[in-house]
Amino acid sequence: MADSYSLMQEQYRKILVTYLKEKNEQGLYYAQQFSKKVLENQISPEEVVSLHIEAIEELFPYMPEGAVDSFEFLLEVMMGYGLAYREHQSLRDKQRELENEINVAASMQQTFLPKEIPFVQDLDVGVLSVPASKMSGDYYHFVKDENGCVGLAIADIIGKGVPAALCMSMIKYAMDSYPEQRLQPGALLENLNRVVEQNVAANMFITMMYGSYDPRVHHFYYSGAGHEPGFYYNYAEDSFDELSAKGVVLGIRRDSSFLEYHKKVEPGDFIVLLSDGVTECRTDDGFIEREEITNLIRQYKHLPAQQLVENVFYQLEKLQGFQLRDDFTLIIIRREV
Amino acid sequence: MNLDIKTEHSKEEAILYIEGEVDAYTAPQLKEAIEPLTEKDGQLVTVDLTNVSYIDSTGLGIFVGALKSSEANNSKLRLVGLNQRVMRLFSITGLDEVIDIEEGKKEGTQ
Repeated sequence: MADSYSLMQEQYRKILVTYLKEKNEQGLYYAQQFSKKVLENQISPEEVVSLHIEAIEELFPYMPEGAVDSFEFLLEVMMGYGLAYREHQSLRDKQRELENEINVAASMQQTFLPKEIPFVQDLDVGVLSVPASKMSGDYYHFVKDENGCVGLAIADIIGKGVPAALCMSMIKYAMDSYPEQRLQPGALLENLNRVVEQNVAANMFITMMYGSYDPRVHHFYYSGAGHEPGFYYNYAEDSFDELSAKGVVLGIRRDSSFLEYHKKVEPGDFIVLLSDGVTECRTDDGFIEREEITNLIRQYKHLPAQQLVENVFYQLEKLQGFQLRDDFTLIIIRREV
Repeated sequence: MNLDIKTEHSKEEAILYIEGEVDAYTAPQLKEAIEPLTEKDGQLVTVDLTNVSYIDSTGLGIFVGALKSSEANNSKLRLVGLNQRVMRLFSITGLDEVIDIEEGKKEGTQ
C-alpha cells in the first residue's frame, strides 16, 4: 500500500506538471485516467487532496501562507466524503457477495430442470424456459417410464426470484420421489398438492399442468391445477382449441381433487403448454391476446418443435421490447406426420 | 403505481374499495389492509374490485392468504365487482370455486 501510494504520488506530480506547463486537452485526459486508477486502488478522496498538497508544496515552495492553510481546510472537508466513499466501497463488496450467492443459486436451480428432452419415437418435442431475472419461478419436468410413456409437467410458482426458486426445489424433490411407473395425472397432482399445502406460506401457491403421453396408442391424459390453459392444434382441421383442465391451484386445500382429461392425438396434431408469462406479455398497447400467440405458432408451425418455440419466444420478446416482465416457458409436443 | 384503498365499516361488514393494479409492488399494501380484518371473528370482509384493472399472481396470493386467514378466524371473505380480465384469473386458477365471488358491478352490498 505504501508503495502504491508513493507511486501514485510520483505519477500525480508528473501529470500535474505536464498540465500546468501545457494546459491542454491531453493533460485533462491524463487527469481522467488518473482518477480511474485512484478508484481502482481504492484511494480515498482526502488522500487525493493530500497528493495534490504534497505536489503543490514541492512545485511552489513559496506559496502564500493562506493558500497552504486553505488546502489543509479542504482536506478536512474531504474527510466526510472519504467516509461516505468507504461505506460505498463496503456496500459494493457486499453487493458483489450477494450477487455471487445468487449466481450460485441460479446455477443450482438450472439443475432442477431436465438436462435433455427424452427421445420418443414419433414425437417431436420443443422446450424453452427463460427467467425474467436470474432465478425463475417456472418449472418443467419430463420423465419417460419403462413403457416409453412420457410424463410432463409445467408449473408456475407464484412470484419471482429467490422465494419462487426455493419453492421450486420442493416440487422437484417431491416429483423425483414418485415411482418410475406412470402416475395418473390427477393422482399425481393430488399427491403434490398435499406436499405443497403443508409446506408453503399462506399466500403462496403453485399452478401446474401435468400430462402423460402414451406413444403406443397416442393418447394424451392431463390434469390441471389452476394453470394457464394451453392449446391443442388439430392438424386435419388446421385449428387451435383451448387445452384447459379445471382444478384449483396447489397449496389451497389439502383434499383437492383433480379431473383427468384425455385427447386422442392424430398425426400432425400438437399440444402447447405454457406459463402465464407467455400470455401475460405486456406491450405498450396492453396485453397480448391469446389469439396472437396462436397466430405466432401458426406462422412457424412448419418448423421442428424446438425451432418453433424459439421463434415464438423471439417474436414475443421483441413485442415487449426485449424486456421480459415474467418468466417464460413454452413447450410443444407434436405427433409426427 | 400506488393502490388506493378506502375502508368502510358498518356493524358487521367491512368493505374495502380498491383502486389501481394489484401486483408485486402494491400487494403488501393490500395485505396490510385486508389481513387484520379477516382476523376478526365473525367479520364479513367485502372487497370491491370494480376499479381494479389488473391483478398478477402475487396479488392473487394476497386473496389466497386472506381466504386462509378468514377460515382460520371464522370470518368471511367476499369479492365483488371483478372485471372480465380479473375474473378470468380467478376462474383459471380455480379460486372462484373456493372464494365467494360476485362478478360485475354491484349496487350496494346487502
